[in-house]
Amino acid sequence: MAHEHKLAIFRGRLKFKDNVQKIWGVLIFLSIVTLVEVILGIYKPAIFMKPLISAFEPGIIGSTLNFLLSPFIYLKPLNLIFIVLTIVKAYYIAWDFMHLRDEKKGLRRSIVWTPVFLISYLVFILLTEGSYIYDVYHSGFIKWNF
Amino acid sequence: MDTTVTTGTAESVWSGGSNNKPLGASYGKMMMWFFIVSDALTFSGFIAAYGFSRFKFADSWPIADEVFTHVPLVHGNYPMIYVAIMTFILIMSSVTMVLAVDAGHKMKKNSVIWYMFFTVIGGIIFLSSQAWEWATFIKGDFGAIETKGGRILQFVKADTGERAAIRDFATPLHEKRIDHANNKGVWFYGESALPSYSVNEVVTGFKADPNILVRVENINEDGHKIVLSREESLKRLAGSKYVVEGANLIHNEYGSRLFADFFFFITGFHGFHVFSGVVLNIIIFFNVIIGTYERRGHYEMVEKVGLYWHFVDLVWVFVFTFFYLV
Repeated sequence: MAHEHKLAIFRGRLKFKDNVQKIWGVLIFLSIVTLVEVILGIYKPAIFMKPLISAFEPGIIGSTLNFLLSPFIYLKPLNLIFIVLTIVKAYYIAWDFMHLRDEKKGLRRSIVWTPVFLISYLVFILLTEGSYIYDVYHSGFIKWNF
Repeated sequence: MDTTVTTGTAESVWSGGSNNKPLGASYGKMMMWFFIVSDALTFSGFIAAYGFSRFKFADSWPIADEVFTHVPLVHGNYPMIYVAIMTFILIMSSVTMVLAVDAGHKMKKNSVIWYMFFTVIGGIIFLSSQAWEWATFIKGDFGAIETKGGRILQFVKADTGERAAIRDFATPLHEKRIDHANNKGVWFYGESALPSYSVNEVVTGFKADPNILVRVENINEDGHKIVLSREESLKRLAGSKYVVEGANLIHNEYGSRLFADFFFFITGFHGFHVFSGVVLNIIIFFNVIIGTYERRGHYEMVEKVGLYWHFVDLVWVFVFTFFYLV
């Protein structure tokens, strides 16, 4: 059964001679990403430990900006880097190991965008609710720290 | 029904004519993708719930680097190393799986057998590593006090700032601990194992050793747990209720009990997927050996199980990030 493999990764910048070489290439790339994550996780460079921008004053414009820029306001840059690197790894696992790269566009899009849409929504709802409960614990009258 | 035919040319063609497969994927492969997408939603539900609980207790959540610090056969404090090795093992077994699929496309039976074998071995190594991780987590290492309100009080040495284990400072009092028995309780079913020290022994030991301070769950601005002064420590210890060693679903010496619950639930559910994957891989491995796919004319079954195996790897990448790194 002859299968067509697309042998270029990084948007065509890196081309491999055959599929087996591409697999090893992707392994090397994934290992490097994991290594970077572990090193960052162990040393925790101080420059990545404070959020990049502070929250804006609440108001129509301020709150909208707070919402749109929330990853840069409420997350430490280090955690942001970890999340981005994770998505990069997930992309290469799905595209090259699960060979989504070789599938038809329609199949690929229905597999990827359905969960991405649903998960983003769920995460948004749950994290919003979680930080609301955090505020309730801190400003409410329940004594829990005894 | 031609989907049930396992030999012959009509196989892998949906009713409705040959070479007319929707989206260019065979029935089995499409169903595997259906399963993977729905399973991905299940996992993301768990991980999002973890995020929810973590946001709820944003300033008192345990710091993963301080919880997972052990490496087998090595003494000392090495956060992240062990789990990085586990991640690498799983990615490696994913690679041998792709190589098996690739060899299958080229109809090289012997290479498929070897690559499947390595994949199964990788899966088994990963599962054993996870078992060790669980055992270490359940056993715990320093011990802690749980207060009436369910807060965890850990102990540190005042001079070095290192964690202090309760076994190092608790004073054995040789108190007589009377076993709770059936005739004394109305709803008595049994009693779990007692911790090595009683609350009284730990508190007495604490009072006797001025070098020990209490560390609470709350995190200060620099991301470290807050250490109390000697007087505050004694005040907090007055509310002691249990001695906690290690972790289970109800008590947990590392801090928020939800942390242990999610740890057991998410890594356990993932481990169960790995286990199922190993079983499926073994079945396919033997099918390859007896030549089922050679006779069928293609190795698509290897590809389908491969999809599942990579999915398990994909989930681990996320578990690794959200449990150990972030």
